[in-house]
Amino acid sequence: MPEKEVLLQVKNIKKHYPITKGFLRREMGKVKAVDGVDFRIGRGETLGLVGESGCGKSTLGRVILGLEPPTEGSVIFDGQDLSGIGGEKMQHFRRRMQIIFQDPYSSLNPRQTVGRTIGEGLVIHGIGTPDERKERVREIMEVVGLRPEHGNRYPHEFSGGQRQRIGVARALALHPELVICDEPLSALDVSIQAQVINLLNDLQEDFHLTYLFISHDLSVVRHISDRVAVMYLGQLVELAQTEELFENPGHPYTRALLDAVPVADPRSAKKQRPLSREAPLPALGDSCIFRPRCPDATPECGKAVPGLVEWRPGHWVKCFERNPREQREAIVGKNAAGLLDVE
Amino acid sequence: MSSVLLEVKDLKTYFLTEAGTARAVDSVSFSVSEGEVLGIVGESGCGKSVTALSLLGLIPPPGIIADGQILFKGTDLLNIPETEMESLRGDAISMIFQEPMTSLNPVFRVGDQIAEVLLRHRKITRKEASEKVVELLGQVGIPAPETRMLDYPHQMSGGMRQRVMIAMAIACSPRLIIADEPTTALDVTIQAQILGLLNRLRREHGMAVLLITHDLGVIAEMAEHVLVMYTGRVVEHAGVDDLFEDPLHPYTQGLMRSIPGRGGGKGRRLDAIPGVVPSLLDLPAGCKFNTRCPYSFDLCFREEPELASPPGKHPVRCWLY
Repeated sequence: MPEKEVLLQVKNIKKHYPITKGFLRREMGKVKAVDGVDFRIGRGETLGLVGESGCGKSTLGRVILGLEPPTEGSVIFDGQDLSGIGGEKMQHFRRRMQIIFQDPYSSLNPRQTVGRTIGEGLVIHGIGTPDERKERVREIMEVVGLRPEHGNRYPHEFSGGQRQRIGVARALALHPELVICDEPLSALDVSIQAQVINLLNDLQEDFHLTYLFISHDLSVVRHISDRVAVMYLGQLVELAQTEELFENPGHPYTRALLDAVPVADPRSAKKQRPLSREAPLPALGDSCIFRPRCPDATPECGKAVPGLVEWRPGHWVKCFERNPREQREAIVGKNAAGLLDVE
Repeated sequence: MSSVLLEVKDLKTYFLTEAGTARAVDSVSFSVSEGEVLGIVGESGCGKSVTALSLLGLIPPPGIIADGQILFKGTDLLNIPETEMESLRGDAISMIFQEPMTSLNPVFRVGDQIAEVLLRHRKITRKEASEKVVELLGQVGIPAPETRMLDYPHQMSGGMRQRVMIAMAIACSPRLIIADEPTTALDVTIQAQILGLLNRLRREHGMAVLLITHDLGVIAEMAEHVLVMYTGRVVEHAGVDDLFEDPLHPYTQGLMRSIPGRGGGKGRRLDAIPGVVPSLLDLPAGCKFNTRCPYSFDLCFREEPELASPPGKHPVRCWLY
């Protein structure tokens, strides 16, 4: 993506949680919720991040926002490395990055009017006079399709779709550049989902927003994203332009995900090789993370970890089957050498 | 198609709230044949789950079944004593709920919960029951059933818990399974496994399934006949191929157009259905879809259409036909 300006770059992000046991909280191991993720998002672009529950996609979103410190790696926003900066400087960047949460029922304060919720960020960042803030809240409510006079109402007086609009308004009040949408549609009915998708698309155009769109729903991601990253057990296993990914999925996991989506057409010929098992917990080991469920696994896959390699132009896949042979041999060879050293 | 197993006639389930009477299910009629999969599709509040609970006599107060008949193998379930209903539930008719974490008892081992169903309905010993439990867990694809039956629900993943629910539901080889959003809480790859499992068991045991879901994709994959519900009413009733090829009701058409990702990529506007579902306590006069319908005309605001079949087509509740 050289032609576009990079707004966000995520470099080898890891987030490990210790598993502790007993009174002394001895560390028994680690859960590798996010394990070495790299990507860039260009300004104005939408990157879809898909994966199933527990794959680490939401944790990654929280790490990017600085809500969780990464165990390793760095988040670079508009050229500035955010790791290690704190206080006022971080506050400044926080303003430029916002999040829309999944569940508009639990992410809005039930005892606060929606006008106050939407304007809270303005207060925290000390923007404008009270009157100006009120004006800004009215303006943004109108933009997202809410009636400005409803600013005095409480969240329970709104329907699910309207509440999600409130969540969107809250995120946009500060004129952010990057918006992380964490499953913003999952709690909504299909007909309302479509309304919110259209709204997000319009807002992106009007305000030149950049989205990291986290979702488990492949059809939604296909509709809204420029590029899509597929995550499995804390790692990116594939990254490509949206249509390229859906037309030519390179990773066996991506193929399984696409096959598993029920198609709203009774005549669609059913293909599928359903995955036989469930995802194991993120674990240690020097092998491909998808190997236990992979229908195409070879003995080679148990010997080394494949790298995320450019399979076709702009299409990156983490699978030995898609890697050029030389590289495969290099990785396996290096690993074997490493083992020999230990012994 | 074989003989009729369940026939629901003119079912009305109302909730008498302080704010008024909410007609959650209003004159719903349908039938399910032996071995058939009937899908009910609709959005939150359309009455699909209340219909399911009505069939099992599980409507909580202030809900009442105001009128109608529920004929199961010819017997009206609304006219039998509660004890008889209890012996039907879990035996001839069983149910799979959406959220297996809340519908399994957290303080009992899953094996014991399945055994409970068997001991309740069959004259067998504990030992026989536990042998049967192992067999059932094997059938629903749980590895090492002898050890997994000793697990508590929290020790299992969502997919495994849903398999336990299914094992419990098929324990007594029911004639009818009511599955209320059985895969909504699951990941897509697990959903595909569970739907495959349901289909296999249905064929092996010859059970009929009443499948309730909001997902048209699941309907297309599983159902033979489909009811589309809106504000407590059936608005369209069709064979599954017919429904997807030729959706008649503007609501059904709207639902199908709202599905993202069907051709056309980023930037294409979705044809969303405008507005929101009206409150059951404050329904519009005339057709209940008139507030959101792109085709509504004056008659739609005056009088509610009947569910009727236009010549050569399937039943639909709309003045356009």
